[in-house]
Amino acid sequence: MSAFLLRRLWQMVPTLFGVILLVFVLFNFVGGDPAYLLAGKISNPAQIESIRNQLGLNESYAVQLGIFIKQVVTADFGSSWSTNEPVSQIIATRIGPSLVVLIPILVIETVLAILIAVLVAYVRSSLTDRAIMVACTVAMSVSLLVYIIVGQYVLAYQFGWFPVQGWGESLRENLLKYAALPVLLGVAVGIAPNVRLYRTFILDEVNQDYVRTARAKGLDENTVMLKHVLRNALIPIITNLMAYLPALLIGHFLIERFFSIPGIGREVIMAVERSDFPVIKAITIYVAIATMVINLLTDLLYKAVDPRVKLQ
Amino acid sequence: MSTQAHSAGLWTLAWRRLLGDRVALVSMSVVALFIGLMLASSLDIVAADWNDEIAVGYARPSLFSATAVTEQAPEPEAVSAVIPQVGAGDTAIADPAAVLKQLGLDDIKITDPLAKELDQILATTPAPEIKPREETRPFGADKWGHDVLLKVIKGSETSIFVGLAAALVATVIGTLLGAVAGYYGGWLDDLLNWFYSIFTAIPYLLLILAIAAVLDQKGMTTIVLILGLTGWTGIFRLVRAEYMKHRTREYVQAADAIGASNFSRMFRHIFPNVSHVSLVQLSVHTVGFIKSEVILSFLGFGVPVDKVSWGSMLGEAQNELILGYWWQLVAATLAMAVLVTAFSMFTDALRDALDPKIK
Repeated sequence: MSAFLLRRLWQMVPTLFGVILLVFVLFNFVGGDPAYLLAGKISNPAQIESIRNQLGLNESYAVQLGIFIKQVVTADFGSSWSTNEPVSQIIATRIGPSLVVLIPILVIETVLAILIAVLVAYVRSSLTDRAIMVACTVAMSVSLLVYIIVGQYVLAYQFGWFPVQGWGESLRENLLKYAALPVLLGVAVGIAPNVRLYRTFILDEVNQDYVRTARAKGLDENTVMLKHVLRNALIPIITNLMAYLPALLIGHFLIERFFSIPGIGREVIMAVERSDFPVIKAITIYVAIATMVINLLTDLLYKAVDPRVKLQ
Repeated sequence: MSTQAHSAGLWTLAWRRLLGDRVALVSMSVVALFIGLMLASSLDIVAADWNDEIAVGYARPSLFSATAVTEQAPEPEAVSAVIPQVGAGDTAIADPAAVLKQLGLDDIKITDPLAKELDQILATTPAPEIKPREETRPFGADKWGHDVLLKVIKGSETSIFVGLAAALVATVIGTLLGAVAGYYGGWLDDLLNWFYSIFTAIPYLLLILAIAAVLDQKGMTTIVLILGLTGWTGIFRLVRAEYMKHRTREYVQAADAIGASNFSRMFRHIFPNVSHVSLVQLSVHTVGFIKSEVILSFLGFGVPVDKVSWGSMLGEAQNELILGYWWQLVAATLAMAVLVTAFSMFTDALRDALDPKIK
């Protein structure tokens, strides 16, 4: 077990180095000299020169890469080029609102989707099943932009059931007042693909031999579905959920933008609009590290869910 | 033709299965219709005049009572509201002083060095042709009076082209790298897997936005490359697995025995047996990239502003909705939903038709 952990952690090193290299090439090589960008933002030439020195732009690429790696290791990416706010502080303060919106979406969406998928699996290949599947396909073809635009317009602007946008101070106010409509729309967008996916996971299990055995020994359909099929189908469902977890850390770009939620997603979009490279670089690196850690945790979780899995 | 010498190949069988499937036929026709429209539009056969301001701003959608307005409709720009009246009627200007006042140029004295030039300009400016603008269009009009139906067709050109081209780039990269990694194994496989792990460690949309931040010139090529260069990972993984499975098969050993080169074994012998994977992925990714393009263009990181896309239409529609002008939103949404639904169903049918297990 500990040998497995050590080896997996060791394997992260080349991947992390690759991510650092990719980001470095993008922002230092493809992006060109940031002095041109900065000239439009900062009027003081001395300040631009100090940022250039900080990035080592007058040195060789090897030195610049060294500086960047040092930034990653010490978690000090300097300050935003636009607001001068320290990048670490930006990330620390924006992650909360993102999670307040995304965790409820994830929980509600998953529970609902599993519930519907199980119900659909009961009536598999019936007309109801096919109708729900067609409805899911159609629901998935409508751009998520449309869900958000129409939802915000009808439910918030016309009916006035929710605030059109905004964000408060207390967690309770945010969760109950400001996050309610974003969560509702997030669930509406995510439910159809998840129902489709979970249904296939469940139907894959329904055709297994052990299900026939369970039926043969006289178990009723409920026990078969809930105790045998669903528990096995949970393995791919959990994989799917874990693969989604890193997305929590970057927030929901569109929802945060439409509802003015001060989360990471909106921050990334604003940073891209303003060419605020330190912020984008830092968020990309952190999310990549988090993704790798979460993937490792997924493997460990497998072991807990399915004793047959051997960690190698 | 020898009648019984050959049994039908995979592609013939798949094609027959597709033709026998009613859902596949319908969805295939819809997709073909959209692609036909896209081609016709890019060749300027249809919707070439989408940019004409043929209706009044925000003309309502209606199939009937398309009464033409003969008098000048109010235009959004102040200058163009004045200029048409300058030359209206005769070419000779009746009251130059009044015209100058209208143009806001009445402070120019006759002694002004540019006065002569101005006179000349006023004299030679031809009277702009005033086209009657329509009050309604079958699908409505946007802020500038562009017909929404034509705009949707023009937008489909952008969205479908970006989706198809980006999917093609991603499929070619993913298939080539997957073939090399799966066929050779060893350090090449390790190296390409390293690339794979780097690209999958960064969430997809974040990676796209990071690249969009760096590339400051916007254009169709840029967006196709961004989507294509970041979207190859899934295809790489699938094709690699197929090549690993096939490389030790007997037919590949036989090809080796007759002296086929590595390249020939990879692409002449193995590729036809795994190409169905690439084809299905091409279809899957086209749908995905059409959706991505719409979102990127909406955010302003996609196609340049002078191009219409379904994403930029939705961006305009967002502001129009509050004013009660819903038709552009509905038109863009419907066009995209119909295409994406048909394309998804076609992909499913294609997958089933190419699945050798169903026979």
